[in-house]
Amino acid sequence: MGFEKVDEILENYAYKHDALIGILQDVQRLENYLPQETLQYIGRELEVPLSRVYYIATFYKSFSLEPRGRHIVKVCLGTACHLNGAVQNLEQVERVLSIREGETTEDRMFSLETVNCVGTCALAPVTMVGEDYYGAVTPGRVEKILSAYSTGSGSAEDGKD
Amino acid sequence: MMVTLTIDGQIIHVERHTPIIEAAKQLGISIPTLCHHEGLQPFGSCRLCIVEAFRGNRSKLVTSCNYPAEEGLTVLTASDRVLETRKMVMELLLARCPDVPGIRRLAEKMGVEAVGFKKKGDQWCILCGLCVRACEQMVGVSAISFASRGIEREVKTPFGMESDVCIGCGTCTYICPTGCIEMTGDPGPPGHRVMDMGDLALGSCSNNHDCETCDIDQGFLDKMKRAIESVRL
Amino acid sequence: MEKIKSSSQLEHYRESIVHKRDVGKKVIRLCNTGCRGRGSSKVAEALENQVREANLDDKVTIKKTGCHGFCQIGSVMVIEPGNILYQKVKPKDVPEILSETIVKGEVLDRLLYRDPKSGEKIRREADIPFYQHQSKTVSHNTGKIDPTDIEDYLAPGGYGALDKALTTMKPMGIIETVEASGLRGRGGGGFPAGRKWRSCREAPGIIKYVIANGDEGDPGAFMDRSLMEGDPHSIIEGMIIGAYAIGAHEGFVYVRDEYPIAVEHLSKAIKQAESLGLLGEDILGTGFDFTIRIITGAGAFVCGESTALMNSLEGRVGEPRAKYVHTVESGLWDRPSTLNNVETWANVPLIINRGAQWYADTGTDTSKGTKIFSLVGKVRNTGLVEVPMGINLSEIIFDIGGGIKRDKKFKAVQTGGPSGGCIPMNKIDMPVDYDSLKQLGAIMGSGGMIVMDENNCMVDTAKYFINFLMYESCGKCVPCREGLKQMHEILSNICEGHGQEGDLELLQKLASFMVDASLCALGGTAPNPVLSTISYFRDEYEAHIFDKKCRAGVCRNLFDYYIDEKLCNGCTLCRVKCPEEAISGEKKKPHVIDEEKCIRCGICFSLCKKEAVLVK
Repeated sequence: MGFEKVDEILENYAYKHDALIGILQDVQRLENYLPQETLQYIGRELEVPLSRVYYIATFYKSFSLEPRGRHIVKVCLGTACHLNGAVQNLEQVERVLSIREGETTEDRMFSLETVNCVGTCALAPVTMVGEDYYGAVTPGRVEKILSAYSTGSGSAEDGKD
Repeated sequence: MMVTLTIDGQIIHVERHTPIIEAAKQLGISIPTLCHHEGLQPFGSCRLCIVEAFRGNRSKLVTSCNYPAEEGLTVLTASDRVLETRKMVMELLLARCPDVPGIRRLAEKMGVEAVGFKKKGDQWCILCGLCVRACEQMVGVSAISFASRGIEREVKTPFGMESDVCIGCGTCTYICPTGCIEMTGDPGPPGHRVMDMGDLALGSCSNNHDCETCDIDQGFLDKMKRAIESVRL
Repeated sequence: MEKIKSSSQLEHYRESIVHKRDVGKKVIRLCNTGCRGRGSSKVAEALENQVREANLDDKVTIKKTGCHGFCQIGSVMVIEPGNILYQKVKPKDVPEILSETIVKGEVLDRLLYRDPKSGEKIRREADIPFYQHQSKTVSHNTGKIDPTDIEDYLAPGGYGALDKALTTMKPMGIIETVEASGLRGRGGGGFPAGRKWRSCREAPGIIKYVIANGDEGDPGAFMDRSLMEGDPHSIIEGMIIGAYAIGAHEGFVYVRDEYPIAVEHLSKAIKQAESLGLLGEDILGTGFDFTIRIITGAGAFVCGESTALMNSLEGRVGEPRAKYVHTVESGLWDRPSTLNNVETWANVPLIINRGAQWYADTGTDTSKGTKIFSLVGKVRNTGLVEVPMGINLSEIIFDIGGGIKRDKKFKAVQTGGPSGGCIPMNKIDMPVDYDSLKQLGAIMGSGGMIVMDENNCMVDTAKYFINFLMYESCGKCVPCREGLKQMHEILSNICEGHGQEGDLELLQKLASFMVDASLCALGGTAPNPVLSTISYFRDEYEAHIFDKKCRAGVCRNLFDYYIDEKLCNGCTLCRVKCPEEAISGEKKKPHVIDEEKCIRCGICFSLCKKEAVLVK
């Protein structure tokens, strides 16, 4: 692809070096990940060493250098979630999707990530699929939640607890 | 502005904000370090240069590479607390890099006999960042950088591919205190050199090692010469 | 919108807002932030559609508010007048709410909260025990106002403190007021805010910055999220006052990437304040200029450390700086910078409005005012609570929190996030203030309060935090990076049944070294979860190391599940769901777990409605 959209993003930030993180966030929103060529292009355009761009892209957890699936499953491993059995949920998601944390299913439908806290600790343990929150998740509910997305019918139950 | 401070009982006058490690050096007191270099900005990562700084009766451990000299400061560079702390630094580094001769020698010198930790690594890089900073601050090309964070932190080229901005100057290999960056001659034309860290090729000279005709920053030769007075173990 | 150019214009504008409001109209306040996790967006959508369809626009106003605090019973809705609280509202409840309560004024009994103690239904929000023991001060607007509408903030007196500060006070007078109030930083360290401001004002330099830290990184804490989402103007107002006092003209709010609603609400609030002349050039016609930019983090706990945060604002990685210079003298772009947590900033308008003495009247000798905590974990009533400093932990956990879920035994409360500690039963009568918590080996931190019960293992908890920090540490300095790696190894060994004599001593030695030698506060406080659990739950560590037993049923090599044949009703659910086919039994007869096949995944334990799956 060309870099017209990236140029737009760079212009929005007036090609400022201090906006590098914001620029990468916007690119990731656009592309779903940070492609290598795009990072090289950004380094050249901003006249910032590629090594600095690369360090930032690998330092912050919200950046991905690999393409991700259509639905991003985020199992929250915050303290409240951990104490309420988040690890068991994570293992169940891994079982259901046959991928490990950090991986994407072969059909590019799901990527599995863990997050440190999504800030809805009162509903622990929480799992997010895309923008949808699911509270009080148990291993027994995981399959049902995910199947709603794999069949393409959108969000499962109504954020039910 | 000049200030007066006391290091290990000796009085010295230095320019205010001189790093303690430099002030101590002027008194002939050598403080061990693995990440500090005069030609580079202080980094404070290895924590080996820790000393005890006193203000009145209160003391705290500070890293001498970046702690600024202030009027009336009293410093102990080898108190029991300091030596114990340094021993622990070396013990941890030895657990990380048990095969690096320089680390083993230094640990032995500091009285670390055995490592109490079970987790042993096989790394050669201690992540002191000297190569990264030299490449950025002395050579001015930033061919290598840190990547990732926490226990996954490492030094590498972007995407782990051979760098296209490395000029093959070799500064990183000279400044590396553990010898984990090596310069090899092949493959390539005569005079060609390749910097590598194990399996990872960092980069090679793009100008057939002819520095005089190189269109990269000509000032770098001088900077590099300074770099070579390095902290090799 | 015309800009407000004086105090009287502000007053006039405020009056016009109040005047145009129809007092006869009912108001539905629906949480549209935290309760989204329980589907409140769909409730809001249903409300808006059905109000429109039934032409009820002149009867009711729908206010999509921030968090009401009592997240456990979400989606939460309060209807005024009457202060009627409906709990666990679903879209299907909307038609009845509109036809009965809004049109006829009837209260729907089935949606009321039932007090588990008395068994009685409670109609009014204010009468619910969860709220009765609280003192909502900083969070008084959250859950009440529509955070996306500046008029809602202005109506009850918002931006009055800004007006007072800018038109009647001198910068030094503001600093003295904040100092006299005793306000301390709400982000963790508890540094006196006024002193920080003074140092920054007195630091040489023409360009200075104020920064609000909204990078709420402590897992288990979401107070800052609720403030940014539910009352963004209070933070903005506090920042403008602070900037005026310090002499700064540029400000930044650093918000976690995981909080998109906070970013949205803050952005709207900034735009609205700018359009009214409350932010930007010549604020309130006083000649004072101040702008605020929002910068989002990108997922790094270490950015809660002030110099790491500033590096991140400069578009770099969040590596703490190796410098012995305070950020009030040399911070963002090496200029004097005042960084306060968003909750700290939100306290400022209250102090200016009501005076330092009023503020200092609440709290203890060294900790003034109120504090918002996120009360989560195994407590019955989870949510956000605001209490005066100095209240007992037990009051928070038992009176407000309603005690432990499913009547299990309380084991510990963890405060302060990964830098904090675990406080046991025999210490929960201690007052909650900066110094008492520190004395207990925990810290106030940003306000996470995570309650643990008998099914939580303290060794596993320590391992959890160390694992968290091992990946969240920037990895720059040896003590933190290598120390955490070794700590994690030792703790993992203990949890897997390979613990040995001397492990605890080695952990303690490593801990005190990390406190002494780490580059920044992340490494310096990282050992706290380990130290506090060793000091209060040593027996549990010893049971792991010597008896090879995890009685909480968490560490998988150190316990077995079994089914109590008296409790099991043979529903077969566990047998069907067991991924290893380790459970056998006939319908309506007690089931049995094959210990050899069982991988202790916990599915049967979590599914059993009879709680017949037990740990041995």
